[in-house]
This record gives sequence, C-alpha cells and structure tokens, in this order.
Amino acid sequence: MSAPALVESSVVERVLESALSRGGDFAEVFVEDRSTSSAMLDQRKVEELSSGRDRGAGVRVVVGDTTGFAHTADLSEKGLLAAAQAAAAVAREGGGGVREIALSTLRDYPTTAAIEPGDVDKAKKIELLLHADDVARSEGSAITQVQVGLGDSTRRFLVANSEGVFASDHQVRTRFNVICVALGDTGMQTGYRPVAGTRGFEILTNEAVEEAARGAARQAITKLDARPAPSGDLPVVLAGGSGGILFHEACGHGLEADAVLKDASVYAGKVGELVASPLVTLVDDGTVRGEWGYLAIDDEGRPSARNVLIKDGVLTDYMWDYLRSQKEGRASSGNGRRQSYQHLPMVRMTNTYLLEGTSDADEIVAQTPYGVYVAQLGGGQVNTATGDFVFGMTSAFLIEDGKITTPLRDCNLIGNGPDILKKVDAVATDFSMTPGTCGKDGQSVPVGTGQATMRLTGVTIGGTAA
Amino acid sequence: MSELLEQALQILERAKGDEHIEVYVSSGTDTEVQAYQGEIEKLSTASSSGIGIRVLTNTPTGARVGSAWVGSLDENAIAETLEQARDNVRFASEDEFIAFATPDGVSSVPMELRTDEVATTPLDDKISWAIELERLVRSGDTRIRQVDSANYSDYDVAAAVASTNGVRATYARSGAHISVEAIASDGKSDQTGWGLSVARSPRDLDLAKASAEAIRRSTRRLGATKPASMKCTVVFDPRSAATLFSVLGSALSGESVVRGRSFFADRVGEEVAMAGFTLLDDPTDARHFAASQFDGEGLACRRNVLIENGVLKGFVYDTVAGRRAGTVSTGSAVRGGISGSPTAGCRALQAVPGEYSQKELLAKVGNGLYVESMSGVHSGVNPISGDFSVGVNGLMIRDGELAEPVREITVASTLQRMLLDILYVGSDVEWLPGASAGQSLAIANIAVSGT
Repeated sequence: MSAPALVESSVVERVLESALSRGGDFAEVFVEDRSTSSAMLDQRKVEELSSGRDRGAGVRVVVGDTTGFAHTADLSEKGLLAAAQAAAAVAREGGGGVREIALSTLRDYPTTAAIEPGDVDKAKKIELLLHADDVARSEGSAITQVQVGLGDSTRRFLVANSEGVFASDHQVRTRFNVICVALGDTGMQTGYRPVAGTRGFEILTNEAVEEAARGAARQAITKLDARPAPSGDLPVVLAGGSGGILFHEACGHGLEADAVLKDASVYAGKVGELVASPLVTLVDDGTVRGEWGYLAIDDEGRPSARNVLIKDGVLTDYMWDYLRSQKEGRASSGNGRRQSYQHLPMVRMTNTYLLEGTSDADEIVAQTPYGVYVAQLGGGQVNTATGDFVFGMTSAFLIEDGKITTPLRDCNLIGNGPDILKKVDAVATDFSMTPGTCGKDGQSVPVGTGQATMRLTGVTIGGTAA
Repeated sequence: MSELLEQALQILERAKGDEHIEVYVSSGTDTEVQAYQGEIEKLSTASSSGIGIRVLTNTPTGARVGSAWVGSLDENAIAETLEQARDNVRFASEDEFIAFATPDGVSSVPMELRTDEVATTPLDDKISWAIELERLVRSGDTRIRQVDSANYSDYDVAAAVASTNGVRATYARSGAHISVEAIASDGKSDQTGWGLSVARSPRDLDLAKASAEAIRRSTRRLGATKPASMKCTVVFDPRSAATLFSVLGSALSGESVVRGRSFFADRVGEEVAMAGFTLLDDPTDARHFAASQFDGEGLACRRNVLIENGVLKGFVYDTVAGRRAGTVSTGSAVRGGISGSPTAGCRALQAVPGEYSQKELLAKVGNGLYVESMSGVHSGVNPISGDFSVGVNGLMIRDGELAEPVREITVASTLQRMLLDILYVGSDVEWLPGASAGQSLAIANIAVSGT
C-alpha cells in the first residue's frame, strides 16, 4: 500500500499554472516530508535521542537564463500558491497568459528499505549501540573512549513540472558509525568506521556492527605507534574503498555541468580527449541499489542512471541536471539533486567510482619500494577551476621494500586533478565502496565513492618529517 | 513580549508533573541573488520557522533528556513534536550532570544587532548590487576571464528560548553579505580568488572592496608554481588566521575538554602560547558579526578570556559541560538552529591585536611564506591530537615583501607548536562572518611540503 500523495494532483496543477502566470519557460513544484531520528552513545551513556520532521515545498520558475525560487512550510493550497507567486517574481515582463497544466498519473517509486526505521523499537537501537561499545572496548585497554552514533531518515517527496514530470519517491537511509579514541604514551589517536546505506534497519546486522566497532578500535590502537608522515612527493597506494573520494574530488566536481558550462572547470571542452591514464574508467551511478548515493529518481524526477564519465582514460561525458541539459539540448543524466525543499537543485554526484582493474592488490604493494599506503582517506576539497585538491589521510602507513610498515600520523595529501589522473599506474580487483557526505554551495547530499586498491606514481604528502 | 517568546511560553504550560521543558523557537526570512553575465541567474526568497523542544525528567541519580524538532509552527506539528521529545526521554541514560540552564543573574549587554533595512531595502536594489558586483570584477582587470558567481544574500531572524527553569530570552539579528569568485587567466592557466563584504545592513556593504579583493587574489596568483619543500616562517592572512582561531576554539570548548578530546585538557595555568598572545571569545563585542546577547540556552553572553599573554586561562562551558567540569556555564552554549541541542562552543573569537600592520609584519619576517587560502581544514586538523596539515595557496615573502605566487603545497605542524612558535600578531583585524575575526599572524618553524 502506498501512502497518500503529499499534495493532490489538481492542487499541483494549479500551483504550476500560477507559477507560470507571469510568463516563464518552466515551472516545478517539489514537496518533501522528511522524518529523521538520531541516537548517540558516548562513554556508555545514551545521550539525548532526537527526532525531527521537516515538511514543505519549493517552487521554481525559469525564465530564459533566470531562475526564481521560493519555499514554504505551508502545504495548504494557499501557502503553495503564495510560494509560486514569489518564485514567479523573476518573470518581470508579466502577461504570460494562462498556460494549462495537465499532469498524468503519478509515477510512484517504492523504498529499498526492508525494515523502516520508524518501525524499529528505540530500545533495540540502543541495544545495538551498547553492543558496538562492548566490542570496541574488547579490542584492548588502550581504548579509552567510544562514541557510537545511529541516524536514519525517511524522505518522501513529490516532484512535478510544467513538462509533465509527476513522480514521487520514498528514500530511506540508515547510518551507523563508531569513533574510538585510544590513549598511549604519545597522546591520543582516533579511529572511525561507518556503516551506511539507502536501506532500512536491516543493514545493521550484528556482523556489520561488530566489524565497524572492531575496525575503529584497531585503527585507533594502530595509530598509537604512528610517526610523523613524510613531506614531499611520494608514490601512494590507495587501499580499496575510501580512496574513491580522491576521484570524487580530483575530477568528479569538475565534471559537473554547472561548472563546465560556466567554463569554470579544468575539464571544460575536453570531451574526447585523453585526460587520464588508460587504466582509469570513471562512472557515476545512481542505480547501485542500496548504496549510500543510490536514487530511484533524482530530485527533479528523472530516473537515476549509470553514466560513464571517463572511459579508458578518455573523457566521455559530464553530469547533468535539467537546467544545464536544457541549455545543451540534451537529456539530464539524473544528477539533479538538492538537500531539501528549501534548496534549488543543482548538478551533484551519486555513487562515483573507478572500475576495477586486473592487478593483484598485494602485488601492487610488493612492487612499491618506498611510498605511502593509505588505508583510509577522510574528507577532501577541490577548486574546480584550477583542479587543485586536498584530502586527509585518516589511516596511513609507510611502504618500505614492498612491505607495509610504520603507521603515520594524520595529514593531508595535495594534488591537482588532471595531473593525478595521469599518475594511476596500477588498479587491482578488490573493489569496494564507502559512504560520504558531499558539500557544494552550502548543500549537503549523501554520496558513495569507490575504487579498488590502486597506485599513484607521485602525490604530495603534507607531513612534517623530512 | 515577542510573539515567539509567547509561543514558547504556551508550550511550557503543557509540562506534566515534574517534567521540565525547554523550547527554542525561531523565525526568519532570507533573500539570495546570484548574478551571471549581467542578468539574474538565481533569485530566492524564503521565510522559515521552526521549533526545537527538549524534555527533561529528574531521576534518583540525575536526569534524562530527550529532544525533537519540527520545521513549522503549526499547532499539530508542535503537539506531535512535544510527544516525540517525551518518548525520546524514556530511552536516554540517567546522567548526574544533565540539567537545563538556570538563570544565573548575569545581565546581557544591550546591543542592536538587527536593522529594519534588510526588510525595507527594495529587492531591485539587492539585485542591482549583485549585477554591479559582477560587472566591477569583469571590467576591473583584463586578466579576469570569468566570474563564476556574484552573490548577494541577507537574513532577518528572530528567536526565543524559554524553559520551565525560568529562562526567558529573545534574540533578533540581521545581516547582509556579498561574495564573488573571480577566475583569472594568463592564457596558460587559471587562478581563482574570492572577495567578500559583510554587514548588518545591506546599505553598509562595500562593493568596491569585495570586487577589488577578488581581482587581487585571483590575478596575483597567476603563474604560481610549486616550490621545493622547506621549513620556514609562515604568515597567515586575516582570513586564514580566523580559520586557525576557529580550530583552536573547538579545542577550547569545555565539552571537548571534559570528554578528554582536547590537547588543552589539564593545562590551565600553563604557558601554551607565545607570551604576547591573547585569545578571547567575546560575543558582547558588537563589531563581531557573531555577537549575541544570549547564548543557545538563553543565558547572557559574556566576555571569556581563553589564553592571556600566552597562559591558558580556561574554557567555554554550557550548563552540562560546566557541571561535568565542576564549574558553571560561561554563557557559551551554541546550537545549530532548531534541530541542534546546545553544546559548549566559542561564538565570537578574536585575538588581541599586536602593534604591526601587515606591511610591517612582513618586513619583520623578511623571508617566508604568505598564506591567503587554506583547504582541507576539516580533514587535516585534529583538535584532539593537535596534528595540523592543510593545503594552501599563497605567495613567497622575500626581503620583507610579497613575492612570487606558489600553489599545491601543504603546511604542517602541530597546533601546540604553532601557538608557541607565534612570532607576531598583526594589528590589521578583519571582522569576518563565522566564529572568529582574524588578523595577520606570523608563525615560525612550519613544514612546507612542495616538490
């Protein structure tokens, strides 16, 4: 049984008509109802549980190259019409006349969640938090602090536009993470592991939770022996999984059509050119069911897709939303996303990953005489116009004589996107993905990144050791 | 009485038995204009409101707390939210330190942080400023190849906090902001630079300053190269220094300290910084854009000295962190809007200015690196261990003057060392949006990683 529509179709039609009443080429209504809940266990105490609810609608009107936008938490017809009129204010010429909007049947997409978070007993969630704490502490007495967090969100939205799109989705996301602090002679070190998916409570199996707890604890304990990282240009082996953030930052953002069309990307005008090592095939894929960046439809109602961005080193395409694709007379690639009804959609990534190669992961390390092995990467940042990026290593080791040796203290890597893509000289077969949060122009959306173990011939390591 | 406070008080009346309730309610409007190629690219106007409710029940050995929020002031939504918060209480652990703030007799410093001008300035003026800002940058230098976005934004918000403990506080704040990102090109490669201006009233925004800043920052980086790795003195510009102070601020939060997540823990009274360095959190200084009369729990904000002449004096606390530390709130609860619960944090940091202008300070330094933008701060700085490693752009300092531009480098040290290695604090204070003001800051012995 599907839930009742957030707003009736006849009301949506009238709101779209009102939005275009002063002229305008395109109008859209986005109605959203999101419930979230979070719980945090810190030092074995359940801190405040929190629940939240946000409901509202955003209306946009496009006139030529200008977009007008307004949002409201008032979902009555009166509230929606007021937002439509505010958004229509950009249609300054006025006198658009009456344009009749007739929507077809609502296209409703089901959730990927087997167990809705709202149906789970809160006591059960807390049991899970405590269990993770037990497991983490059992890794050793050096673990002095454990923080376990659980958050879930159920997001129902309805999107309709003047071109006949009329769709709704029901997105459920669950996220669990463990942070451990270990104390040793040289101070404190932290370890972190997430479990997340566009799924319900079913992803939080005992095994998954235990693995995260153990992983975070071991990472913190291992880092107690960490030495300052070297500084300078060194070969880097990225372990499968979290290294995908490098490609998200190093080139993903530069392949978003909004930056490209403003000629504010180093990748503008380079389709068909060799921009990376032939070992690089980069894909953005919203269809990976259940992954953190999974979408049935994007926030403009367009079904998500698997888009090949770079194939064997050659740039094949960019990522597109409605507005940018219209300018180029092509179809959207299903990358129009927004943080909430209070935000305008823009081009965003979904699950971005590098296809696996043919090398053996252990062999790649064995064939690296000296360098840095990055077991986990943290967040990063890029300037799309110059391609310069930076990201943090949250778990890294030295490679000496083909062996992973001393753990290194946290530090940043820095590089240039177009440059680093050419430095990929080996890609293994042990592909995996990691959940993340991507921020752009003040909006955050969940994304996945992935890759197999791989080597870069040289990256600048921002450590303090000579 | 403000309408919001009245609304909050009505909810308090629903407290049952020995239940305690705290309500935070806010309402505001905002406008955003983005200009591109002489036209409006985006125009967004919105008003939003919401409420965050916390419910606390006392237990034999302490208290439990639960919370819920909703992005609406609709009566049904509020009733549902109160029920959710009550339900959440049942699952929280008992904690002897959990409590709501109690009025502490400190009166707030009167300040006017809101002006009607955000509401009364015609939308057409706001639009014309965004368009003019873009034009100034495009026409200001032939090397400007593109203006990615030229933005105007403003807000006008009011909020109230009230609790069954007797807290009654109302806030009102307005602000306007312009920002522009320029892309400069020398035909071979591109460089970018941001310019901005912030004010409480839109009428006080400085288009000339913001455009000149974007042009200067982008063009002077043209031809940047990657230098060899070295150890040298680094001069952080006011914006970068403000970021640095904010990072220090998170380690000076009493919350981090009582949880053993700060490298400052147990060091009060020790010399932690260069003798001339004084850092304070002062939301009662109206020059700071983050100034506020009340904190996130509704207690009066006050001036807190954190580091004085190099000696660690103390931390900022909210009610709960203060109790854990065996002290009281310093009026330093911060909360992330309706959905966030209060926690201890710095709100309006500033370092006491030194005697040198930036020019004098560069002359004193002689040779080194001048940093004018940092990236990867959220991933490369660890307030627990103090490890510091960020990507930077900037210029070399040679013979006391700014020289050739450099890029794709990192600077690294530990926050502990950096504080002790401070050489000079500039007199060129810049009031910026965010939790800290900044001024030029010279720090010795920093590892610069290049080729």
